[in-house]
Amino acid sequence: MKVKYFAWVRERVGLAEESLEPPAEIRTVAELIGWLAGRGEHYAHAFESPRAIRAAIDQTHVRPDAAIAGAREIAFFPPMTGG
Amino acid sequence: MTIPVTIRIQQADFDIAREIAALTGGRTDIGAVVTFTGICRGSEGDAPIAALTLEHYPGMAEAEIARHAETATARWPLTGLTIIHRVGRIAPGENIVLVVTCSAHREAAFHAAEFLMDYLKAHAPFWKREEGQSGASWVDARDHDEAAASRWTER
Repeated sequence: MKVKYFAWVRERVGLAEESLEPPAEIRTVAELIGWLAGRGEHYAHAFESPRAIRAAIDQTHVRPDAAIAGAREIAFFPPMTGG
Repeated sequence: MTIPVTIRIQQADFDIAREIAALTGGRTDIGAVVTFTGICRGSEGDAPIAALTLEHYPGMAEAEIARHAETATARWPLTGLTIIHRVGRIAPGENIVLVVTCSAHREAAFHAAEFLMDYLKAHAPFWKREEGQSGASWVDARDHDEAAASRWTER
């Protein structure tokens, strides 16, 4: 799946997007955040406060308990500050 | 009835008068036009702001705005709608966002414009980075904005 990062999540990870294949036991957005946080120092910093992270699957907002099965694109970002 | 709906995300500034004219020109069914313009402030509290940089999620930003535009047109008898959100670097005094709502009467136009702005701020994937005196930092989301958006679902 394609994983995208925006705003300070992007800056901390150091990438705007990447292709990842998380292990099969990673089933939800919250589990994916936990898995990402274990991928190294930059990821740990980006995902140190899971409650501060918002997520979208295939460009639709989702909650942390959303299933990631079948997702083509998952995005992580801070709460939105547009307008 | 399908009504004219324009949604644009762009770096360039917009011309409010031109956007109103594009909606109202040649029509006699519009009795009310409400515009909201969000403008970059030169300070936040006592701290001066040199500029804002707006980042967005291409594709999802357009889709989220379109989804809320559909909700607004289903909820109020609008006769035209334009939403423009700028991205990139924006200096104090420059425009950031424009919402134009048209209706036969003012009530629907006022309410829809306020609804759309509340939803844009809380749910559309845009992020502001603020350049201040001591470097740049991402703007924190405000609980107030989330509360403003949620009041439309409590009615």
